[in-house]
Amino acid sequence: MAFISSGYNPDKPMENRITDIGPRNYEEFYPPIVKANKGKWLYHEILEPGVLVHVAESGDECYTVRVGGARLMSVTHIREICEIADKHCGGYLRFTTRNNIEFMVDDKSKLEPLKKDLESRKFDGGSFKFPVGGTGAGVTNIVHTQGWIHCHTPATDASGPVKATMDVLFDDFQNMRLPAQLRVSLACCLNMCGAVHCSDIAILGYHRKPPMLDHEYLDKMCEIPLAVAACPTAAIRPTKVELPDGKKVNSVAVKNERCMFCGNCYTMCPAMPLADKEGDGIVLMVGGKVSNRISPPKFSKVVVAFIPNEPPRWPKTTDTIKKIVEAYSKGANKYERVGDWAERISWERFFEVCDLEFTHHLIDDFRDPAYYTWRQTSQFKF
Amino acid sequence: MKHETPMLDQLETGPWPSFVSDIKQEAAARAKNENNIEYQIPVDVCDDLLGILELSFKHGRTHWKHGGIVGVFGYGGGVIGRYCDQPEQFSGVAHFHTMRVSQPAGKFYSTDYLNKICDLWDRRGSGITNMHGSTGDIIFLGTTTKQLEEVFFELTHNLNQDLGGSGSNLRTPADCIGQARCEYACFDTQHLCHTLTNEYQDELHRPAFPYKFKFKFDGCPNCCVASIARADMSFIGTWKDDIRIDQEAVQAYIGGELKPNGNAHAGRDWGAFDIQKEVIGLCPTQCMWMDGKELKIDNRECTRCMHCINVMPRALRIGQETGLSILVGAKAPILDGAQMGSMLVPFIKAEEPYDEIKEVIESIWDWWMEEGKNRERLGELMKRQGFQKMLEMTGQKPDPRMVQEPRHNPYIFWKEEEVEGGFERDINEFRKHHQR
Repeated sequence: MAFISSGYNPDKPMENRITDIGPRNYEEFYPPIVKANKGKWLYHEILEPGVLVHVAESGDECYTVRVGGARLMSVTHIREICEIADKHCGGYLRFTTRNNIEFMVDDKSKLEPLKKDLESRKFDGGSFKFPVGGTGAGVTNIVHTQGWIHCHTPATDASGPVKATMDVLFDDFQNMRLPAQLRVSLACCLNMCGAVHCSDIAILGYHRKPPMLDHEYLDKMCEIPLAVAACPTAAIRPTKVELPDGKKVNSVAVKNERCMFCGNCYTMCPAMPLADKEGDGIVLMVGGKVSNRISPPKFSKVVVAFIPNEPPRWPKTTDTIKKIVEAYSKGANKYERVGDWAERISWERFFEVCDLEFTHHLIDDFRDPAYYTWRQTSQFKF
Repeated sequence: MKHETPMLDQLETGPWPSFVSDIKQEAAARAKNENNIEYQIPVDVCDDLLGILELSFKHGRTHWKHGGIVGVFGYGGGVIGRYCDQPEQFSGVAHFHTMRVSQPAGKFYSTDYLNKICDLWDRRGSGITNMHGSTGDIIFLGTTTKQLEEVFFELTHNLNQDLGGSGSNLRTPADCIGQARCEYACFDTQHLCHTLTNEYQDELHRPAFPYKFKFKFDGCPNCCVASIARADMSFIGTWKDDIRIDQEAVQAYIGGELKPNGNAHAGRDWGAFDIQKEVIGLCPTQCMWMDGKELKIDNRECTRCMHCINVMPRALRIGQETGLSILVGAKAPILDGAQMGSMLVPFIKAEEPYDEIKEVIESIWDWWMEEGKNRERLGELMKRQGFQKMLEMTGQKPDPRMVQEPRHNPYIFWKEEEVEGGFERDINEFRKHHQR
């Protein structure tokens, strides 16, 4: 493998340097039908799950086939996406904010061949490469984070539980039987790169053991004041520690009973790892949304405090999610999101119909907002 | 395959696209190398990526270490250093740095561009990407330190393409599909997103902020990019005038010729469409009614929740006096709990050159850069110093639209200049009338 220079000269990094040019201009990438009708769309309709038509003032019709994708994607797979777009869509495509891929055509006659082509392609292992769906009152693709494939702070994997969950919810990806759209998200730790805190169902990786302290190396690897300042509950203080060989070193001490396992200290100080096979696992949160439709956006609420990590398929997690989806499907009114449904029937009823145990872990005890979640009325349901 | 992956192999079955199958196909393609590519990082990088992931599945713990300080010259963001903690066993991923590539607004692509991106990443990286990362960038997942400058040079010279943000800077802004293919969009999300991304390239590449800062642009209150939940500054399209009504189409919905909600509920028999129950009865402000065969809306009472428009897109359209609301301070839970965006500017026009919007942005940044502590998000500063301080620093006028309800307590921090006669008083004068 011989090194091939791009033209960059390490001795003169500023030579020919181009910076601050930003992203490519979106105008270059619009399919002609989008360019011609931008800002002049009249309405849209979902023809069948995963297939949309948008109709413009001009009478132009833009047909879109939406397919799911693992956001973790190889260049071989992207080239295949391009091959399909070249064959059917004039060389254009787009991705959605929820990791779906959209293929657009400007004529209804082009729709069926495109759909057939997409549906016919499978990976060697047997899974669909391009499952059509993700529209309307169903489950769309899961937005998620890196997990064990690339992150240093996760409490669970991302791509694994997402694959397992979408396999279980696959029928609802390709159907529109639910009362409203149902958004599932996954974040592999509470840094929440994926911002799952406003999802109908959020799968969240969480640690449950305080950091281990690598005293011998802590002062060498970390800025102790930064580690101390990183703790939101002031559980960490600087201290001196005597190592087994008698040597005294600067380090930190952790008040374990104050730790809420956020991992912020580990982010600042690699000598304080939290990850643990038994300690780490999944929190399920439900009832959040970002849309302002009918009711204001709301946060997801913790309904299962902990489920162990069970690679490779996380069965307890996916079973619980399936249970919630079925109860929601059965009980909610048309247009009602999971959170609106739970509020209407009451959370006490939610736990009953979802067959979930209510434990003390689910009562908020973290600072001021906790008070606003306690019941301050005599009204409740038996 | 180089490593046995019995656990990962179980993720190849089932209908949903398997990332394991995909990485395996990439590993096989690299091993075969049909196009005689001169791979610039280890050929077996994908094998080792699967190997180390299998080990994590076995151990229930990640095997990636904290990022080291790597990057491209002159930029403080765009590259995240990543090393594995078992480099002897998995030498192909010993160095496995991420590069964030600033995505085009709206995430539209030509195949020509994507193929070139693939060629570059095939040769100089692992061939594994995220399409896309959570913030919106194209993510190049895994290359060596030496390749970082090479990738950047090729991106900028051959692809007219820059890196995105990471660290304490402006993160790559993201937007919804907007007017490109959506009838609900109240402003051109792509144009505003692209314009501001270019305007603030310095803030995006050279970390000078207390912490990360995100812009997201939602064309309407449906909030498809979730700006209200995850952007420090959330731009949400809205309108001031009346919802446009096509009464004939209303009747077509009532008569069943048109399917409600763009046919989004086709998977179940919900019975005949009932406008009273499904639209008028669910209106949060109860500002709609039927007057004979006419649907009436008291637009002054409408809060633009989008429900009626979503249900009857062919009968109801957004108004024409459009603009956007700016909400500030949203963030995920770390550290002090999650925050939703709070309304700062109820309505502002979204017209080129967007000077008014830029003024709001820069006044927020001035305050946050001056007062924000290390790793303090805007939302946390708002809580620490208060909404009133933000009003003062941004020059916005107080408006009941900024709050859900007025304060619950009378503990007002009156300023001396607000109180007649000021705070300085003569205690002896007071004592003349009030004995000790």
